[in-house]
Amino acid sequence: MNAPVSFDQEKARETGRERLVVIGNGMAGCRAVEELLERDPDRYSVTIFGAEPRVNYNRIMLSPVLAGEKTFEEIVINGQDWYDDNAITLVSGDPVEHVDCANKSVISASGRVEPYDRLIFATGSDPFIIPVPGKDLPGVVTFRDLDDVDRMLGAAEKGGDAVVIGGGLLGLEAAHGLSLRGMNVTVIHLMPTLMERQLDEAAGWLLKEELERRGQTILTSADTEAILEKDGHVAGVKLKDGREIPADIVVMAVGIRPNVTLAKTAGMEVERGIVVDDHMVTSDPAVLAVGECVQHRGACYGLVAPLWEMCRALADGLTDRPSGYQGSVTSTKLKVSGIDLFSAGDFSGSDGSEDIVMRDAARGVYKRVVVQDSKVIGAVLYGDTADGNWYFDLLKKGEDISDIREALIFGQAYASGGALADPNAAVAALSDDAEICGCNGVSKGKVVACIDAGAHSVDAVRSTCKASASCGSCTNLVESLLAITLGEDVESGPKTMCKCTSFTHSDVRRLILEKELKEIPQVMQELHWTTPDGCSSCRPALNYYLLCAWPGEYVDDQKSRFVNERLHANIQKDGTYSVVPRMWGGLTNPKELRAIADAAEKYQARTVKVTGGQRIDLFGIRKEDLPAIWADLNAAGMVSGHAYGKALRTVKTCVGSEWCRFGTQDSTGLGVKIERMTWGSWMPHKFKIAVSGCPRNCAEATIKDFGVVCVDSGYELHVGGNGGIKVRATDLLCKVETEEEALTTCAAFIQLYREEAHYLERTAPWIERVGLDYVKSRMFDEADAVAKFAARFRISQKYSQIDPWAQRAGGDRKDLHTHLGEVRPLQMEDAL
Amino acid sequence: MIGNWLDIGPVNQIEPGMARTLPVEGGEEIAVFHTMTGDFYALVNKCPHKQGPLSQGIVHGAVVACPLHNWNISLKTGEALGGDEGCVPTIPLKVDAGRIYLLRSAVLGEKPKPEAA
Ligand code: SRM
Ligand SMILES: Cc1cc2nc3c(=O)[nH]c(=O)nc-3n(C[C@H](O)[C@H](O)[C@H](O)COP(=O)(O)OP(=O)(O)OC[C@H]3O[C@@H](n4cnc5c(N)ncnc54)[C@H](O)[C@@H]3O)c2cc1C
Ligand code: SF4
Ligand code: FES
Repeated sequence: MNAPVSFDQEKARETGRERLVVIGNGMAGCRAVEELLERDPDRYSVTIFGAEPRVNYNRIMLSPVLAGEKTFEEIVINGQDWYDDNAITLVSGDPVEHVDCANKSVISASGRVEPYDRLIFATGSDPFIIPVPGKDLPGVVTFRDLDDVDRMLGAAEKGGDAVVIGGGLLGLEAAHGLSLRGMNVTVIHLMPTLMERQLDEAAGWLLKEELERRGQTILTSADTEAILEKDGHVAGVKLKDGREIPADIVVMAVGIRPNVTLAKTAGMEVERGIVVDDHMVTSDPAVLAVGECVQHRGACYGLVAPLWEMCRALADGLTDRPSGYQGSVTSTKLKVSGIDLFSAGDFSGSDGSEDIVMRDAARGVYKRVVVQDSKVIGAVLYGDTADGNWYFDLLKKGEDISDIREALIFGQAYASGGALADPNAAVAALSDDAEICGCNGVSKGKVVACIDAGAHSVDAVRSTCKASASCGSCTNLVESLLAITLGEDVESGPKTMCKCTSFTHSDVRRLILEKELKEIPQVMQELHWTTPDGCSSCRPALNYYLLCAWPGEYVDDQKSRFVNERLHANIQKDGTYSVVPRMWGGLTNPKELRAIADAAEKYQARTVKVTGGQRIDLFGIRKEDLPAIWADLNAAGMVSGHAYGKALRTVKTCVGSEWCRFGTQDSTGLGVKIERMTWGSWMPHKFKIAVSGCPRNCAEATIKDFGVVCVDSGYELHVGGNGGIKVRATDLLCKVETEEEALTTCAAFIQLYREEAHYLERTAPWIERVGLDYVKSRMFDEADAVAKFAARFRISQKYSQIDPWAQRAGGDRKDLHTHLGEVRPLQMEDAL
Repeated sequence: MIGNWLDIGPVNQIEPGMARTLPVEGGEEIAVFHTMTGDFYALVNKCPHKQGPLSQGIVHGAVVACPLHNWNISLKTGEALGGDEGCVPTIPLKVDAGRIYLLRSAVLGEKPKPEAA
């Protein structure tokens, strides 16, 4: 062929865009472009060639189209408007016939020449035709594109006999469709078991029985010898054993072969498929390939899930942030309505592997999980596939299942030990990246995000992120996600701690004690967390629960602390920090004030403010300066005010009997004593205390977590107040006569709260949840309960009342306050 | 000739599950992450939402939760996850013989230079 082309270099330079040409307007080709547009919509000017004379549609949905459950319009993924809106040139019905790698251009059947900077092969695969006599007869069709479906529908209109050669996924879906369309269907399968690559004998048998019950004839171990002809048209199929089956149409669905012809002639390295590296680049650096036509690390795929992953890696590479495709583990579902079938991984069973099987004859359920070295390596489910995704997740993650081995086969709800009756728990515990909708490659995280963004019905979810919009076999999962995320179905199960576990906060707290779990990774392992290292909501909670359960023993995990608690200061919107030293009971003195003033100047605090908690806040301190400012404040006798912590904040006081004409007791003095007793304690949430000297209540004690109102005869102790988002006045807990009793009761109440509330639950919502009576009964039903709680609090305080500022000022955890280094470009250039 | 990679020191200066910072004179501060599974990533230390310092977030998997408003940012791609939109530049990083290297040109915010300039 002559070197073609007037290269339109000038135009490319004008638009500033690189020219990207895609061969193949199928699932992978268009998905790759979608991914690219998502990352960088302005980088490439895109032209897509498609052999088929139509827009991009969901090929896997041809089965429901054949079965009459969908129309073509319903399975279009990207209509013409998508091409228009994104300025993509679609050349459809015009296959590319020649690729000139040297001159970087492609030429189509109609003679169109298109230069490229980057080229993507997405040519999919071709159906394999078994080389038997009669294979080219009219009436012999394959099942690959819409034209094939139209041919089958044409035949079905006339009724009669259909023979499907091939009892795999594709063949059975074709058979199902034709049978629903009223044809008399026979499936001819070479192997003894249907779908033998996905199913074992038992499941294959159940499937065969069900299909026969529906009126299909299934011939296994049947080898085709020839396709018979009558009047120039197909008339039947002859088997090697001599049997003859009449046929008005024969569907060949025996397998596929990567479509590599074009790539091969163009000189690309081709084996079974077009050979690509982890970034989907072929042997020619300007040419990429994606989808069924590729061979990656020796593997070719015939399902869509790997293709989504390939497209992500490809787009990452094309936008200069290479991520790399690592190969895929695949799972299979059969899209035949009323038949639930799932299979994944390897279930052939080898030396070291072990089978766990469950059968429920009455319900027609068969489940088999194959385990090797304490890991799931394969699963076959028939009749009940609810746990398919869970097993697939275990398989992909290579999770150690020895702890749940006993219950594994019963499914996730059982194996996780929690909420047995709750089907949502199974879905809740799937990890964020677990695939919900295989047809459209939508993960759980995406579905939840789309629900969070306002899609509050199955329909809304379908139209926004496409989950369950195709074959619909995941609709129940989407419904569960809606219920979990929106809490509509609250009765069906308690809320789990977070998406990483199926346990509730209370379960986790109980199990930590029962099983003596003492480290975060141990909790995650023992309680089968579904994520490798939790998330930003469960990690801080677990850290607190362990700290509370094992005082003095558990070593605080800094990486599970929110930044404020890790840096012992409050992060501000500009990334600097605020510093609030403790002022016991709101008291201060000239020496402290002078030190604060000096520190404010020395570290250039841009704002100095009196807080709502009776102390002083210094704003705008850099993280590098924190240890130094703390050292200065320490030197004047001040310690951290924990203004940043889920911890004791302030003890607000009024002047009380010392000065006030109404004061009944020394409220200031008591406040200082309480703060000295309680400071440093970590709690489920922040905890505020106040002491007022008389019922005028100038310290606002009745909106604090713990409030003392002094009266002539002693002290009223109030709990569960909150002045924040939702104001709640306190409940009266009890009245005591002495300061000593007030202190002990305060300690006991705090300890009860620390031991039983959920993380991030302040005393107000906690008491609303458990009830004041419960709190009272825990504290007062047994004569020595208060003393016991208080004693536990004091033990824990022995380990908490160490000023974190002093530790850091003394050089502890320097890494948290210093940079790795600093880059000064000039010096670097000099050195060059 | 130093090469295209900038040596920023040994791997053990960042605890797994944490991040540390690298200011760049006249450029963007960089956050270098060490995940619990032992991988390293570098991003510009600015959340795509409102410039929160990502280095101070909680790291889980290959994701950091921004300390300001808890957006989850992928350490691999710099993209905001879970429905939030935005992306922070990533800095190519490699670990070799126990030391961390950043792509020099990316640190300086330049287009890559040919090896033998
Ligand atoms: C500094 C201060 C405002 C001030 O300038 O006065 C303040 C500042 C903040 N408050 Fe507050 N609150 C401050 C007194 C209060 C008070 C008044 C009080 O304590 O008497 C309240 C209402 C009383 C209460 O808590 O019941 C209060 C109710 C809140 C709330 C809502 C809590 C709730 O349960 O509804 C939040 C949000 C939260 O904690 O999740 C909050 C959160 C915050 C945060 C931590 C927001 C944040 O997450 O970054 C602010 C950061 C402060 C900083 O950087 O130093 N702040 N905050 C006050 C510090 C007091 C202290 O000395 O420690
Ligand atoms: C009926 C059916 C049911 C299926 N069901 C499932 C299922 O349930 N689950 C699952 O995971 N997978 C299923 N699959 C497989 C899935 O559809 C494929 O894995 C997927 O379509 C592959 O995408 P692709 O882009 O690589 O190829 P395709 O989608 O086939 O796209 C390739 C496109 O390139 C075009 N083309 C080829 N050569 C040229 C050329 N030279 N110039 C221009 N255009 C060209 C082709 O015409 C075609 O449109 C099913 C497939 C079929 C046919
Ligand atoms: S009231 Fe709101 S804005 Fe003011 S300090 Fe508290 S949290 Fe910040
Ligand atoms: S700045 Fe990061 S989430 Fe808002």
